[in-house]
Amino acid sequence: MSYQFSIEPIISNWEVFVEGALMTLLLTGLGSAIGIAAGILGAVSRAWKLRVLYPVYTVYVECIRNTPFLVQLYFIFFGLPAMGVKLSGWEASFLAMALNLGAYSTEIIRAGVMSVPRGQLEAAESLALSRWQTFRFVILRPALKNVWPALCSQVIIVMLGSAVCSQVAAQELTYAANLIQSRTFRAFEIYAFSTLMYLLLALAVRKFLHEIGRRYIDGRTA
Amino acid sequence: MIEFSLWDIIRHLLVGGAWTVALSLIAFISGGIVGLMVLIARISPRPLFARLAKAYIEFFQDTPLLMQLFLIFFGIGLLGVDISPLLTAALGLTLFTSAYLAEIWRGCVESIAHGQWEAGESLALSRWQQMRFVILPQAVRIAIPPTVGFSVQVVKGTAVTSIIGFMEITKTGSMISNATFRPLLVYGLVAVGYFIICFPLSALARQIERRLHAACSR
Repeated sequence: MSYQFSIEPIISNWEVFVEGALMTLLLTGLGSAIGIAAGILGAVSRAWKLRVLYPVYTVYVECIRNTPFLVQLYFIFFGLPAMGVKLSGWEASFLAMALNLGAYSTEIIRAGVMSVPRGQLEAAESLALSRWQTFRFVILRPALKNVWPALCSQVIIVMLGSAVCSQVAAQELTYAANLIQSRTFRAFEIYAFSTLMYLLLALAVRKFLHEIGRRYIDGRTA
Repeated sequence: MIEFSLWDIIRHLLVGGAWTVALSLIAFISGGIVGLMVLIARISPRPLFARLAKAYIEFFQDTPLLMQLFLIFFGIGLLGVDISPLLTAALGLTLFTSAYLAEIWRGCVESIAHGQWEAGESLALSRWQQMRFVILPQAVRIAIPPTVGFSVQVVKGTAVTSIIGFMEITKTGSMISNATFRPLLVYGLVAVGYFIICFPLSALARQIERRLHAACSR
């Protein structure tokens, strides 16, 4: 069988690809923002053993980290409507990503929070910093700084994991690829090209997060 | 329509669960073997090998597993060979696992003090002997907890193979859910299935890590 690699279906559908990639980025951006916020709350409750939140977060983290993202997504999208909570594919994907990242970032940030030496807290107290100031400047920032690379990797993993959101009809990059594939029957070219797009997205997001870390987490830069 | 009792659902999920375990074992073992080869290339003193291995690792870590499976499924189909979902799943997960394990193990090998290589060299050991008798025995100890921890990711990765039609527990679950209209129950059971496989592994990884930590700080 002779096979001709054809670039034509990619060029004629470039807008669909770009739209899909933007949706993937949007999904990742929103999911990460909420996920990391949930992670900060979780890290603090786990590190300081807060009364109600500690057991809740422990169960949540273990459940999410020991089940696949795809099953969490199916549970939310197909399962929850039976309980009267009906979500669109887009909403379900977003919720699943935020929940998933929340569990992982809880553990990542907790490691950072626990690495802050006790003496730092005493120093903050002796400087008469308020509790909020202590938390913000003495605990959270150094903690995030320590674990930022791990957190970035986790965001990338969640973004790549979002490829399966096409299964609940969230219109991201893989959905776009599937759509074009079903129109042109050029499966290999389409998937090779979308793989390349994911690769570029991952590199770009990593660079972006690295830059954010350098500017806002590492603190004073020239 | 066929009536499904709760026991019928569980029975079918158990069969799917067995395939999940089987696929995870295949992926983990063959991925470990390939990963060891990638690791050796990655830390090789020859820049060409090291660069190729680095590109290999980055490709598999920076693209979605689903896309890797699609590429294998359709790519091999282009060669005129029909490839079964099982073979695609096994091949895809092996490559995926090997890239991650190579990178995890590289961290472990590099955490061994450089003086250990030099000590081996001064004893006139070849590079391979240094690796085999000096570095690896020490690195393996450090590598056990993250390797066990990563096995959880392999088990969870097998869920994605349901999309290319491999009949593991997630695929079984979605078929039963479509037949019975009880998605909450079925996907809940599927999640419990994964939890039963994964939780002991993560607990084991944590425990070994704690013990290793205690041994080191003694």
